Amino acid sequence: MSIGKISRRDAIKAITRSAAAGVAVGVGVVGGVGGYLVGSSSARPGQTVTVTQTAAGATVTQTIPGATVTQTVTAAPSTVTVTRTETVGGPAKEPIKIGFEVHRTGIGAVYGAWYERTTRAAVALINEMGGIDGRPIELIAEDDGTDPQRGVQAVEKLVLEHKVDFILGALFSNVVLAAAPRAGELKKPYFAVSEGYHVPSGQLNRYSFQPGITDVRSQLTAIAGWVVNNLGKKITMIYPDYAFGYDHRDWFGKAATELGATIIERIPIPPTETSFTKYFPRVPADTEVLYHVMVGPAVLTFVKEMGEYFGSRRPEIFGFVDSLEGVPLNSPGLEFLEGTYFWEAFPRYLDGYDTPYHRYYRNKVGVDENGADVNDPKNVSTYSHMFSCWETLFILKEAVEQSGYRRQTPDDYRAFITTLENFEWFNEGNQHPQGAKKFDGRLHQCFGQQFISKVENSKFRVVHRTRIEDSVYESDVDYTKQPL
Amino acid sequence: MGIEVPITLGILDGVVVAMVAALTALGLSLVFGIMRIVNVSHGEFYMLGAIIAWFVVTYLGSFLLALVLAPLAVGGLATAVERTILKKIRYDPESTIVATIGLLYAIQQVVLATFGPYAREVSPPFYFRVDLGFFGYSGYKVGVAVISAILIAAVYLLIYKTRLGLFMRATQQDTEIAQAFGVPVRKVYTVSFALGAALAAAAGVLIVPIQQAYYLMGLDALLLSFIIVIVGGLGSIKGTLVAALIVGLLDGVVSVFFSPTLSRILSSLLVAGVILVRPRGLFGSGKTM
Repeated sequence: MSIGKISRRDAIKAITRSAAAGVAVGVGVVGGVGGYLVGSSSARPGQTVTVTQTAAGATVTQTIPGATVTQTVTAAPSTVTVTRTETVGGPAKEPIKIGFEVHRTGIGAVYGAWYERTTRAAVALINEMGGIDGRPIELIAEDDGTDPQRGVQAVEKLVLEHKVDFILGALFSNVVLAAAPRAGELKKPYFAVSEGYHVPSGQLNRYSFQPGITDVRSQLTAIAGWVVNNLGKKITMIYPDYAFGYDHRDWFGKAATELGATIIERIPIPPTETSFTKYFPRVPADTEVLYHVMVGPAVLTFVKEMGEYFGSRRPEIFGFVDSLEGVPLNSPGLEFLEGTYFWEAFPRYLDGYDTPYHRYYRNKVGVDENGADVNDPKNVSTYSHMFSCWETLFILKEAVEQSGYRRQTPDDYRAFITTLENFEWFNEGNQHPQGAKKFDGRLHQCFGQQFISKVENSKFRVVHRTRIEDSVYESDVDYTKQPL
Repeated sequence: MGIEVPITLGILDGVVVAMVAALTALGLSLVFGIMRIVNVSHGEFYMLGAIIAWFVVTYLGSFLLALVLAPLAVGGLATAVERTILKKIRYDPESTIVATIGLLYAIQQVVLATFGPYAREVSPPFYFRVDLGFFGYSGYKVGVAVISAILIAAVYLLIYKTRLGLFMRATQQDTEIAQAFGVPVRKVYTVSFALGAALAAAAGVLIVPIQQAYYLMGLDALLLSFIIVIVGGLGSIKGTLVAALIVGLLDGVVSVFFSPTLSRILSSLLVAGVILVRPRGLFGSGKTM
């Protein structure tokens, strides 16, 4: 978009002036964004781009003098759809700088490699389509070594030295918990791509968001019922001994207990551990369900040693796919996982959720139908998590464009943040291939569907898909009350 | 489930950890004993062993070949390092620490740039599950303990039953006198450094089917090796073995009954205690191997 862009604020003002009183306009990202992106992708300076979306109810047309921009806003209760005709042109615009705090090294490096690949695919696509608000994205990646202290330094470097507009944040929750407060102090919007409960818990600040992936608490709220009703009520939990693991311990424990189950043992394991057999004797013999979640480079050892220890006498096993992210399911020693269950945020195997959007995304990132690199079937991706980078970048794009953010001024950031906080819904599409998501602006957190898969023939087969509302929980957190 | 399950498991796991750790620490101990230098990059030789094993098994398909090639390759690299770096700084203890820290990062980053950040698995050359009634245990792990013991015995024979071993012991006792008696001290240094690195690499090869090849895996191995050589006494084979068993069993048994964190606390306290009460270590006389 070039000069005279119509921001969401302008659109809302126009509606307020012209449309019938009482029309609800508090809706976030407009529907059918997939079509918009495809339409824009061929845009070149001087070309006219027309975006048409379905409309219902009152119609408002606004034309800004001096620019070849016509915008039609159509509003009906609980929906806002926008039709725009605009000219892309003029001199090349200054890039919008997005800092990317990435785990290139350290225990999160496998995630980091795939997060970077996904992010670069999304950035390439957005730039191909004309950038954000007509400005190309300049991605500045900074390695944080999967280390909280370095995470803080990375944020400082991105903000103070590279002068980025926004930060796409970290994955490991201990790093997010250290880095996001620093971003908040520097008044820089920080987008966590972590699934940790840190953002919606209220521990962070007005500048921290997690709109691209659901948080652990909501995932557990969604799947606990299935686990308790289908696998058993006496549960032993094994989890990493840091913030992310505590989210599991606390929220799965709470949800399962409310459903009549008992957590009979809790076994925390340091995330840097390399040998696990010694932990298994602590699993009580009357355990009906062994719930496991593990992260870091030793996940394969963990799962293998669990198999060696229990053999055929195993209880039902339910794990978070984090324990196997980046690991081929046909690795030697994983045979014993046959018949066990895993949570997935986004199915590793395409047939688990085969939609055109999913295929589009998979193709753009270069992942085959089995969740591995198209050029190297042994290089398995961290498929259940990395989509968060993709989806977050499109949300960021939408928030910039709707808020009219242009420069790094307090006013523009205020508009950006309040616009984002008013988003309510992300429609499923090429930008949101994992599925539609509900966004809660008070919590700065999205809610979405979850998947439960069974291991069969060394593959995941999706056996259950939750509804978005299954994952919603009550919370008093309200970031919008914090000052900007 | 009675107490016999955790005890059996603790001892079994402890002995496996101890034997691999002894093999790794032995290299560090030899280098210090003979050359009087602390090789901070020792853990990286261990890591390189694992990485090379992954390449050999993946592209040549033989674990046995990896067990031969990886120590040879790492020994070759150590020889080059000894000739080009350590010799230049005249084996000065302080400079060596700094130089080997640099080497540590250099090796790590080269592996990160070429091998990547992934933890890559290697299939064990043999695999069976030992069913002990209440629980199962990896047959390969037991095999690793046995192979480590054989390698340690081979090093013992090399040092006490061969001419090269005699030279090494002579150099350790008194470099100048050994030189006066015609011991090629410089060559002994080179061989010792290469042997120490090769032993670490062999341990890395053995461990990789259990833990995967990963570019940061050397740090844990280095820390454990330091604990063992400080407790056992730098330069003592017997001390290294005994200390490895103490630390390994402590890790196994305490981890099973209490928590792995406690076992690490106890290992650290053991090191502190040994330094306070017997700074040369349990078996380190500073004179003999």
